[in-house]
Amino acid sequence: MSDPTDSGKTSPHAAMSRDVHARPGRPVHAPVGTTNKSQAGPGGPSHAPSAMQELDEQHVRADRPVHAQARTLDVVLALLRKELLVELRTLESIPGMSLFAVTTFVVFHFALNQDTVSGQEAAGILWVTLLFAAMLGVNRLFVADADQGGFDGFLLAPVDRTALLIAKAIALLTYLFVLELIAVPAFALLLLGPPLGQALPGLLAPLALGDLGVAAIGTLVAAMVVRTRARDLLGPMLTLPLLVPVVIGCARATAPLLQTVHPGGLQLRWLGTLALYDLVFGLIAYAVFDFLLED
Amino acid sequence: MRLPGLRALSISTVAAFCVSLSLVFFYAPIEAEEGFLQKIFYLHVPLAIVTLAGFVIGGLMAIAHLRTRDQRWDMRSYVVIHMSLIFGVGVLITGSLWAHASWGHWWVWNEPTLVSFLIIFLLYATYQPLRFAIEDPERQARYASVFAITAGAFVPLNFIAVRLSASYVHPRVLGSTSNLPGSMMLTFLVSLVAMALLFATLCSYELAAKRTRILLKARSRILGFQ
Repeated sequence: MSDPTDSGKTSPHAAMSRDVHARPGRPVHAPVGTTNKSQAGPGGPSHAPSAMQELDEQHVRADRPVHAQARTLDVVLALLRKELLVELRTLESIPGMSLFAVTTFVVFHFALNQDTVSGQEAAGILWVTLLFAAMLGVNRLFVADADQGGFDGFLLAPVDRTALLIAKAIALLTYLFVLELIAVPAFALLLLGPPLGQALPGLLAPLALGDLGVAAIGTLVAAMVVRTRARDLLGPMLTLPLLVPVVIGCARATAPLLQTVHPGGLQLRWLGTLALYDLVFGLIAYAVFDFLLED
Repeated sequence: MRLPGLRALSISTVAAFCVSLSLVFFYAPIEAEEGFLQKIFYLHVPLAIVTLAGFVIGGLMAIAHLRTRDQRWDMRSYVVIHMSLIFGVGVLITGSLWAHASWGHWWVWNEPTLVSFLIIFLLYATYQPLRFAIEDPERQARYASVFAITAGAFVPLNFIAVRLSASYVHPRVLGSTSNLPGSMMLTFLVSLVAMALLFATLCSYELAAKRTRILLKARSRILGFQ
């Protein structure tokens, strides 16, 4: 971000312009190198100019990623700010998701005809509810962009398109975090048999890893279905099978924590599986997301 | 339109099926525990392997499509996934039959392969709804490819996850092919080859039909029909 004129160019152009403004640096060093060479002649000291040039090139090379990263990071932050601002002003996703989760717990109470649940049953109810509530957020994630020209505006801007994926995923992650802040205590209050306090420290890691998986897959699927005719139908249809491994991992990891008698510890095997799954789908989303935004 | 490969492929498929079926019924020994029922193994397992391979190959073709932007890769990817879905129905039916015959239940949640297959099948069942919910043909191809790549990567991951979750209550009879006796192994491999040939033949027919239809449309446009 050292060059203010640079920030307004497209990324391929920006690479070119960086080359251009890197060039003026060279003549400063080049004459020094050539004079050194002519003075010293063929011999040992000729290392000096080449070393200097190397240093110069290293400087230039090291400069580039910093430029690119800073720009993508700025774009991500700007997009994220916009996303959260829109959510704060419209309150379209988070209240709906939270209310849905609480209502679902009530429905579970009547459907199961039980006052309290524990163990695997509790883990299953918690994760199914969170997953379906997350689906509401996933379905709405890109709707405003598709309907109100946000995509066109973003595509016109000369920025890295991956920034949109990252910003949306972080926004979804934030929604999920707020959702869980409300839904997990509500679950403990309404349905959970054993006290939440003992299970909470262990719950944090599966919740975080589950959220990451939902955010990565949810963002990718949301972008995939938002410009189709039946997006409200296709979103959950695509997301649910893709999230089955996340549900397996999270429900199995948390089930021992929610036992009434002899609550067990966290099973690291499941956390490892979840982390691996999140990583792979994060990379896949990163690899294919650009192709969804080409027109 | 000349289709030289199609005839050879069809004939070799028929020949391979004749050989494989005669091996299944006249050469392979009757299995000691399950008896004659075990013969479905030579149908079910090759069917499942070919289906899953088809899903993964469809994903690879989708990668080729996104890299080259050649619409033909998208058509191949579509045909392969479409055919795999049809084969997938066969896998679920034969698997269910086998489960009922040997364990007494039509559906067994403890069999991780069956369960992971169902999840993958449910995911791929959304391929066509997604594809045909997009009007623009270029975007349709691109989005379908993105789906095919994502789902193709999901296939092995899902198998790992479901396998981890399963507790092996039921003994896995002939689940792994490594401990098969020689004659059964030979029969199984021939059946696998026959099934792969059938898959390739059906895909080629569908591709040929699609190409012919496109060609016909182009010709009739030149001639001024419609």
